[in-house]
Amino acid sequence: MNTDTHAAHADDHHHGDGHAHGTFSTYMLGFVLSVVLTAIPFWLVMSGALPSKQITALVIMAFAVVQIVVHMIYFLHMSPKSENGWSMMALIFTVVMVAIALSGSLWVMNHLNSNMMPIHEMTGMK
Amino acid sequence: MTVAVNPSQTGEPIFYLADEHPHPEGYSTSLGFWIYLMSDCLIFAMLFAAFGVLGANYAAGPAPKDLFDLSLVAVNTSMLLLSSITYGFAMLTMQQNKIAQTQMWLLITGLFGAAFIGIELTEFAHMIHEGATPQRSAFLSSFFTLVGTHGLHVTCGLIWLVTLMTQVWRFGLIEANRRRLMCLSMFWHFLDVVWIGVFTFVYLLGVLR
Repeated sequence: MNTDTHAAHADDHHHGDGHAHGTFSTYMLGFVLSVVLTAIPFWLVMSGALPSKQITALVIMAFAVVQIVVHMIYFLHMSPKSENGWSMMALIFTVVMVAIALSGSLWVMNHLNSNMMPIHEMTGMK
Repeated sequence: MTVAVNPSQTGEPIFYLADEHPHPEGYSTSLGFWIYLMSDCLIFAMLFAAFGVLGANYAAGPAPKDLFDLSLVAVNTSMLLLSSITYGFAMLTMQQNKIAQTQMWLLITGLFGAAFIGIELTEFAHMIHEGATPQRSAFLSSFFTLVGTHGLHVTCGLIWLVTLMTQVWRFGLIEANRRRLMCLSMFWHFLDVVWIGVFTFVYLLGVLR
């Protein structure tokens, strides 16, 4: 307990360099992973290797999600500990906002015409 | 800890951080800059949503299949990816206090970034020459807005990069310059993250459609 509080306090004095840094090997690992995660979706679309377009779409979206996580970890050095967890909190908040905004917009706009009165009924309303 | 209720000398309680220690200059910059990036992320999310809603409305104009050259986009993507890793090397050499090498990696990053912008502008010019202007259809309006905003960000990053190279050249790797380089590092890698969304949702899914 005592060592814990001491560590927390000592950490407090290093806000400035509390940001995690990468090393050569983590940068290279992130780069190699990114190249692979970029090359496969491009190859899938350009060669049409998968039989169905829906499957290809789902696979390349999955690759994008994985690659974003790879960039976050190896290039942006995200970890639950950086900035005492505040940057992770900001990230989670943003991800929630983005998810609501994207899914909400797409859902509303794609169903825009669903609940409208059909035109032939509307013309008889005068 | 945050509210100190032990009486001060006048006997009144004090309601502020009693054990406040001096913060070094710029200690909260990286968190503040991260929150700025998150707000930028929301801007891009709105533009992605607009593209998602409008991206299939071609108005009898050209569709992604007719316009996009995926091999060119792949080259463009590799430019941005390479500039990300070279910026990483610039950060590593900065930590080792090697000014000349840091400058060299920053320069290479800038060249890759400029190549990215150059290829993108060539693509835009080619599309506009073919009549696929932003006014042509809702798809093209949202395409140029989304991809153009990303390109504008990269352009701003390039201006910032040149500014910081001048700063490092004038003053060396002082504490302030290290902080600035770290902010630009986050900005640059963040733009690469946004580009993952662009090449997946705009180009790959567009051609697939």
